[in-house]
Amino acid sequence: MLAFMWLTVITALRVLGRNRLRAGLTMLGIIIGVGAVIAMVSIGEGAKQAVQKQIATMGTNVIMIFPSYMTIGGVRGAQGGAVTLTVADALELKKRIPTLSETGWLIRSTMQIVNGNRNWNGSVQGASPSYVTIRDWSFSSGGSFTQTDMESAARVALLGQTVVENIFEPGEEPVGAIIRIKNVPFRVIGVLSPKGQSVQGTDQDDVVFIPFTTAERKVFGTLFLGSVGGVFVSTERTEDLADAAEQIRQVMRARHRLQGEQPDDFTIRTQVEIGKVQEGTSETLTVMLMIIASVSLLVGGIGIMNILLVSVTERTREIGIRMAVGAKRFHILIQFLIEALTLSVVGGCIGILFGVLAARLTTVIAGWPTIISSDTIAVAFVFSVVVGLFFGLYPANKAARLNPIDALRYE
Amino acid sequence: MNPLIVGEDIWKVYRVGDVEVQALRGVSITIERGEFVAIMGSSGSGKSTLMNILGCLDQPTKGRYRLNGVEVGQLRPDQLAEIRNQQIGFVFQSFNLIPRTSALENAQLPLFYRGLSLKEQRTLASAALQRVGLKGREHHSPTQLSGGQQQRVAIARALVTSPSLLLADEPTGNLDTESSQDIMGILEGLNREGMTVILVTHEVDIAAYASREIVVKDGQILSDRATKERSHAVGA
Repeated sequence: MLAFMWLTVITALRVLGRNRLRAGLTMLGIIIGVGAVIAMVSIGEGAKQAVQKQIATMGTNVIMIFPSYMTIGGVRGAQGGAVTLTVADALELKKRIPTLSETGWLIRSTMQIVNGNRNWNGSVQGASPSYVTIRDWSFSSGGSFTQTDMESAARVALLGQTVVENIFEPGEEPVGAIIRIKNVPFRVIGVLSPKGQSVQGTDQDDVVFIPFTTAERKVFGTLFLGSVGGVFVSTERTEDLADAAEQIRQVMRARHRLQGEQPDDFTIRTQVEIGKVQEGTSETLTVMLMIIASVSLLVGGIGIMNILLVSVTERTREIGIRMAVGAKRFHILIQFLIEALTLSVVGGCIGILFGVLAARLTTVIAGWPTIISSDTIAVAFVFSVVVGLFFGLYPANKAARLNPIDALRYE
Repeated sequence: MNPLIVGEDIWKVYRVGDVEVQALRGVSITIERGEFVAIMGSSGSGKSTLMNILGCLDQPTKGRYRLNGVEVGQLRPDQLAEIRNQQIGFVFQSFNLIPRTSALENAQLPLFYRGLSLKEQRTLASAALQRVGLKGREHHSPTQLSGGQQQRVAIARALVTSPSLLLADEPTGNLDTESSQDIMGILEGLNREGMTVILVTHEVDIAAYASREIVVKDGQILSDRATKERSHAVGA
């Protein structure tokens, strides 16, 4: 049996080797199919991971609460326009809901940030120290402000990478420098590590953090003390997110004295929800890729079937000879199946090579992130084997069912 | 000992469109081990059909055919293939070697389907090639060999399994006189060593090598006579 298999593979290779151009053209279908699958899945996976990284920059297990729109004389204002959310709300949430591990809040505005003769129009955020923790900001130099800074409304600032690049000379050390925001001097005590784009596409590094109290009392000015632009809380465990979000809703409705039919005057978003939207997008992408993949593999498979049918016809007499000297149907079937498999597997392997190359080139030339996983390669390989078997079966069976006399007489 | 071949009232009917063709009409034939039989007849006489049935390439529509004591008529295609592999060697008019494949590999082919190891295949095939005088030509492909040499490869392929029956269908039909004599000499030699040989031909001088002559006409046996003393017959 072993000798039979070995010699059959050798025969298949020899037959294909005799018609190199034909075999090559036949394999082209599989090569393109498998190559396209590998390249596209790699790009898709790369995109997916990039999105996951962006979601991770929001922090871990974060729930966001924003004030809702305000309606004045029938005109709806912008989301977050109302001043219904307060520091007191945040503190109450922390007190009432035990699964919340951290509670932070912030208020934000776009302002001119000045250092010496350079200035930059950027996002200034008055935040509680816990907010910086919840969002998982880390520091490339210096450190965060403390609860004491918050209580004393200290004039200290944390700078994002984009701001640093725009108001400092390259190589200049920002920590310890004095910058001005709305003519108020601030001492820089920390520089944040870059996070890149947010899920919404904004530059998260274009930011200056100052203590919430400082912002409220000395920089922004406010309608009434304690109103915030957003409350951010986090839970210890991801499973608690949904429950916590529902509890927050109930506590908030009670605090804001909303009656049964009245709509919420706040909006709650969890990180999981945002993740799901992104997952949905990438799932659609994956389905599209699957369709393209199956179409191209189908075309490749039909090519193999076609060339095998030609081969069976050309070699009818040979099949007759083999049958006359004692080949059983099984032997003939295996011989042609192995030919089909050789075409599809060799094509598949070349396709994998091309796909990996294409993915790498995409990264190098277009700068898109790509991930080539061994799973993708394994699946592509298995697919090419399956295609070979499936599309080889019909011609091989046709050969195996030939009548030896007719086959011998075939001209 | 049983006769090698016992055919009783063999009929073969083909259907070509609406027309029914009776290729064989009640042929009965018995061939002993070690005989050298020539089956003669003009084209369309049914001699090829008879040879296909005797060679287990085809099965009778009606009647019984026993080869070496085995009833062949009801066997399935794979069982027929096994019988061909074990018991029968074929030599065809048009050589029927596998193109672009060496003489050795062509001679190996029946052993390959028998499932022998590569080494055994090579040893037996080389011996068979040597037997037909082709030592040193093992690695020539059919196109590098003359017609006579190709037919000798075919004979080597037929005898490599030491079959009980060698069937030669117009083995000299595509050969010149000299090569024909060579080939017939080899077949004669094999018969002398005890192999049963059935020769299908329409040439009288080729048929003269055999010791028994069966003439087929219109699907029936017209005459069946011994032409020589069976000096080398085995058994009865």
